[in-house]
Amino acid sequence: MRNSGILPYRPEVAARSFPVFRGMVSDKMAAFVIKGSAFLAIASLILIFIFIGKEALPMFTSSEVQQEAGLSKLFLPQPAHPGEAAQFTWQPISETPKYSLLPLLAGTLKVTIIAVLIAIPLAVAAALYTSEFAPSWARETIKPCIEMLAGIPSVVVGFFCLMVIASWLQTAFGLTFRLNALTAGIGLSLAVIPIVYTVSEDAFSSVPQAFREGSVAMGATSWQTASRVVLPAAMPGVLASCILGFGRAIGETMIVLMASGNAAVLSWSPAESVRTFSATIAAELGELVQGSPHYHVLFFIGAFLFILTFVINLAGRWWVGKLQKKLQGAA
Amino acid sequence: MRSKCIGLILLSGLVIFSAACGGPGESEQHRSVTVKGSDTMVILAQSWAENYMKEHPGLTVQVTGGGSGVGIAALINGGTDICEASRPMKDSEKQQAKSRRGNEVKEIPVALDGLAIYVGESNPIQSFTEPQLKGIYTGKITNWKEVGGKDARIVTYGRDNSSGTYQFFKEHVLNNEDFAREVQTLPGTGAIVNAVSKDPSSIGYGGIAYASGIRVVSVRRDDKSDAVMPSLATVKSGQYALSRNLFFYTIGEPAGDVKAFIDWVLGPEGQKLCETVGYYPIAQK
Repeated sequence: MRNSGILPYRPEVAARSFPVFRGMVSDKMAAFVIKGSAFLAIASLILIFIFIGKEALPMFTSSEVQQEAGLSKLFLPQPAHPGEAAQFTWQPISETPKYSLLPLLAGTLKVTIIAVLIAIPLAVAAALYTSEFAPSWARETIKPCIEMLAGIPSVVVGFFCLMVIASWLQTAFGLTFRLNALTAGIGLSLAVIPIVYTVSEDAFSSVPQAFREGSVAMGATSWQTASRVVLPAAMPGVLASCILGFGRAIGETMIVLMASGNAAVLSWSPAESVRTFSATIAAELGELVQGSPHYHVLFFIGAFLFILTFVINLAGRWWVGKLQKKLQGAA
Repeated sequence: MRSKCIGLILLSGLVIFSAACGGPGESEQHRSVTVKGSDTMVILAQSWAENYMKEHPGLTVQVTGGGSGVGIAALINGGTDICEASRPMKDSEKQQAKSRRGNEVKEIPVALDGLAIYVGESNPIQSFTEPQLKGIYTGKITNWKEVGGKDARIVTYGRDNSSGTYQFFKEHVLNNEDFAREVQTLPGTGAIVNAVSKDPSSIGYGGIAYASGIRVVSVRRDDKSDAVMPSLATVKSGQYALSRNLFFYTIGEPAGDVKAFIDWVLGPEGQKLCETVGYYPIAQK
């Protein structure tokens, strides 16, 4: 194979001159192993989904589960006690268990949106800076530092929020509740920033140098080049990074479990405590009776979360693909 | 090529599946003691079981939770050797057990459980009555003014609903009413202590051993009774309101392996484990 660049590769010659048979076997083995590990990822994904789906299925099939936690009870308001006003309440351990998912859904979205709103502008701007403006020494420092953020265990980030950020925010804004959606959102953004940064930085760096040179030759300043040439050209990659960041934010558990206060209050105020889907599963699954309605509801939430991220990813990919086609068509 | 790929997916799926399913399926013939009931006591009973099994190889102590009610039902139906319960068995249940199993139920207190109420160190509150605590955690009292403090919103911290402490508080303080939705739940007593220590207008509950950076407040049963601080002595004597016995129940006098296990639990080694897990040893006879 060494000569393949100079001479046409002729297998019958190669077979005569090298012990090819052994090489072919090990080649095939390697290919098999690599292929196998790639498909292992797909297989485990499918199996995880099958497992979650199997545990969530009694939500639709078992009459015992439906009586206590039917779909109408998950999405419609329920009175706390007979005769009282109907409310959206998550209170699964009670004489009349209440499984309204709405406070959890609102909490999940609230925290995720706050985190994404903080993380995306910061991370994309930082990526644009390091790829377009920063001198090389600054790039060499900033890039590994931001990437290192991803290596901090989320428990540590959560604890930092619980102890430090919560107090800062409380004194800064005079909040009643120390642990709230804002605190958790800020903590979550620390987990999202490295993902968005890394992927969009790659997207910026892969914009061909000729684009920049052309723009500068036309008399554009470097800011004009970055904002009107490089940013649009890298848009599919930047969007992909945002989708990944969103997926990370919606599924992250430990930070919200520690910093959000976990009170299932239905409100849109960022200063109130929230309870997210992921934190609910983490907090409640531990000591549940297997097969109880509560158990199946938690798996239903898991399946719901799985499908939600799957759909968002799919829609994002479709959008990115469309954008890419448009850009290529324009070029 | 495509069929090969599909084959690979199936193969790798099969490998995972068989690994997941192939648990130990053999059923060996050897002696075992089953313990079933209270979720609060599961951790305690498990640590007893682990240590006891270490000393007595060949004997399995099987611990399952489900709740005190589940354990009592299992005892009545003959589904368990020992029932663990964090509440005394009702007379009707004892009657039922006697008529079904033909023998008196034997009640054995095995440990004590106490719960402390925390506030921030700068909070001037000295004591709460039980009705006040109930009002605060069910959301009927929302301002410190109403319990003799300054004019500030009460921020309530509690435990996750999978916690035995949650159950205990709900049963003993809220009389089984629901917690207010505004109660913030944190994973672990340590997190509650941290949160309360940082927030002067908050209240939390948990074990007594954790008290640092916060103040434990004494509890009164009602307006007229004395304020009592939780301690080994007041929990043992029953003076402190938020304490309870944890029980083992058996049908008739325990015998054989069951008796040996219970004796060990009541002995010095078993009682020492109570404190490790966060409960109090029962008074020695």
